[in-house]
Amino acid sequence: MKNKSRRKFLKELGAVGVAAVGSIAAGPAWGGATFQDAFGEFFQQHYQKMTKDEILKALARIERNAKRKYGAKITCENTPPLKNVVFGFALNISKCKGYRDCVQGCVMENNQGRDSQVQYIRVLELNKGDNSLEHAYHYYDPETVPREGKYYLPVQCMQCDNPPCVKACPVNATWKEPDGIVVVDYNWCIGCRYCMAACPYWARHFNWTDPRIPAKEINPITHYLGNRPRPVGVVEKCHFCIQRTRKEKQPACVEACPTGARVFGNLLDPTSEIRYVLENKTVFRLKEELGTEPKFWYFTD
Amino acid sequence: MILIQFLKNTVYEVFRGGKLYWSWLGMLMAIVVVGVWHYIHQLQGGLVATGMSDQVSWGFYISNFAFLVGIAASAVLLVIPAYIFHSKDIKQVVMLGEGMAVAALVMALLFVIVDLGRPDRIWHMIPLLGSFNFPISLLAWDIVVLGGYLLLNLAIPFYVHYSQYKGREPNLRAYFPFVVLGMFWAISIHTVTAFLFSANPARPFWHIALLAPRFIASAFVSGPALIIIMLQIIRRMTRYPVNQRIINTTALIMAVAMHINLFFIGTELFTDFYSEGEHAVSIRYLYFGLGGFAALRPWILAALLLNVIAVIILTIHPLRRNTVTLNIACVFAFVGIWLEKGMGLVVPGFIPTPLGEIFEYTPTITEIAISLGIWAVGFLIFTLLAKTTILTELG
Repeated sequence: MKNKSRRKFLKELGAVGVAAVGSIAAGPAWGGATFQDAFGEFFQQHYQKMTKDEILKALARIERNAKRKYGAKITCENTPPLKNVVFGFALNISKCKGYRDCVQGCVMENNQGRDSQVQYIRVLELNKGDNSLEHAYHYYDPETVPREGKYYLPVQCMQCDNPPCVKACPVNATWKEPDGIVVVDYNWCIGCRYCMAACPYWARHFNWTDPRIPAKEINPITHYLGNRPRPVGVVEKCHFCIQRTRKEKQPACVEACPTGARVFGNLLDPTSEIRYVLENKTVFRLKEELGTEPKFWYFTD
Repeated sequence: MILIQFLKNTVYEVFRGGKLYWSWLGMLMAIVVVGVWHYIHQLQGGLVATGMSDQVSWGFYISNFAFLVGIAASAVLLVIPAYIFHSKDIKQVVMLGEGMAVAALVMALLFVIVDLGRPDRIWHMIPLLGSFNFPISLLAWDIVVLGGYLLLNLAIPFYVHYSQYKGREPNLRAYFPFVVLGMFWAISIHTVTAFLFSANPARPFWHIALLAPRFIASAFVSGPALIIIMLQIIRRMTRYPVNQRIINTTALIMAVAMHINLFFIGTELFTDFYSEGEHAVSIRYLYFGLGGFAALRPWILAALLLNVIAVIILTIHPLRRNTVTLNIACVFAFVGIWLEKGMGLVVPGFIPTPLGEIFEYTPTITEIAISLGIWAVGFLIFTLLAKTTILTELG
């Protein structure tokens, strides 16, 4: 893995050199953006402080940069939270078979860097009769799953109601939205990674390298706080597929799951499936004792 | 205009020196250049140039940061006895201590900056202009207290030197309140830095009340160790008077602090291992290894060995008073605390991850080169500040 990144670095060094030579003839290269866009991006304000007009400009910039960098035409939206909605998740561990289709669906939907291999969902394989995470298998790779004597526990961002990562961030680059989703402004994050140290669920991931995605694989429908292309050097995480769920669609992991183990919905709606689960099943949450109040429950049949 | 003349004179004097002085500066500059070169590499390719990962998301840089905040804090050590006991000998070297604090602080801040994924966005931290999560974020607290401490330690020596330059005795009444403030502030910078780690229940290895006391105790070992060596070098190289009593007092403080530090380590080992549960899994990894992985074991065992040898030398009076053995103790203690508080504290907090994955960390050449560069910057700053002090004091 290290070798690969080093080769990539050399290639990029070459690209920088070519760009530098090219710039004499064709104007300067500002990390793949025009000078105007690089300038606008540098001075862009915090998401919550931008005016409507500034946000529209930022969205247009993101679309232009994606075209230049990935050769893909995308739309970047800023769908606001729905009224009277707080999202929650429940996962039936009796049904989960460890296929990891959710992981794949998530990567495709959320435009994670393919070479950097960021994954928002980690499926743990545990021995039956043991729920200690210390004994979990992270990289299980048998011929077929589920394996005899094992059960599976997918972990992702719990969208805590009392999120330690939000407290940790020195620049307010991550916060809890009114619909309960903990989001990151990828244009505001300084990459200090204190939130990663603070998260008890290992849900936060850093772009150690510039994320690359083949143009054909890019999901063109994106949200500013969600799956839009991310720059190098910032933190990202699961955002309950904000680009879908704010338009009343299900998250990609729910759609990808072949066993129907995943339940997603509005916690404030008494008729929702998630409310049914919470009221009729025995549920538990991970590391509840830390006071994080996760909005992600596990249950069994 | 006397101010401009003062600055001009200072700059002129600072860059005057013999062959030895210039080769020292030249060597440091060369190390800085290598560090900068590697930093450019890191900026171009991203932090993938380091050994860090999603699993171990802080490494060598933050380890050095934690250690250097301790050095900066313990520079007050020279200040406290000077003013509380009105010891005239120590007053002479107080300014040197403050120079050391400034150098250590600049290094600490540089270590944070090179660790950032987006150093271009550092302005986001400036209140009003950016968005500063104060007083909620402990990292915001750290920036406030480190910045304030840097200003204090620049302002006091500046006032004293400037007064002396103008041929006036500095007015103790005017700056004494700031000296007192500086002492409390020094304790606060290291306490806040410890809280930065201990604030995280996600990391049981750090989430202990003992962390701040441990930080303070070990700082009062590593700081004095550096001060003692530095004073001897200055005494040998210049005509600057350094009384042996200062070195003796500082060595004694160091001895006591090392005993306390080792006692703290012992209480931690007992609490974690007597009834070993999941909260002890990181400390087990650190000292014994876990599932066949034990990359940090040599670091912590070396730290313990060095610290124990140092404490033996420091405790036996004749050995502590002997220059050769004292210097051995200082070097051992300095390196021992650096290992213990840096790699031995920051990295095991991440191993295993909160999901139980064991993923090890080793610094890369890039990280080591950049770190050496920052250390060279620190030595450079200290050399120049010390030269100013010595020149002013000698007239």
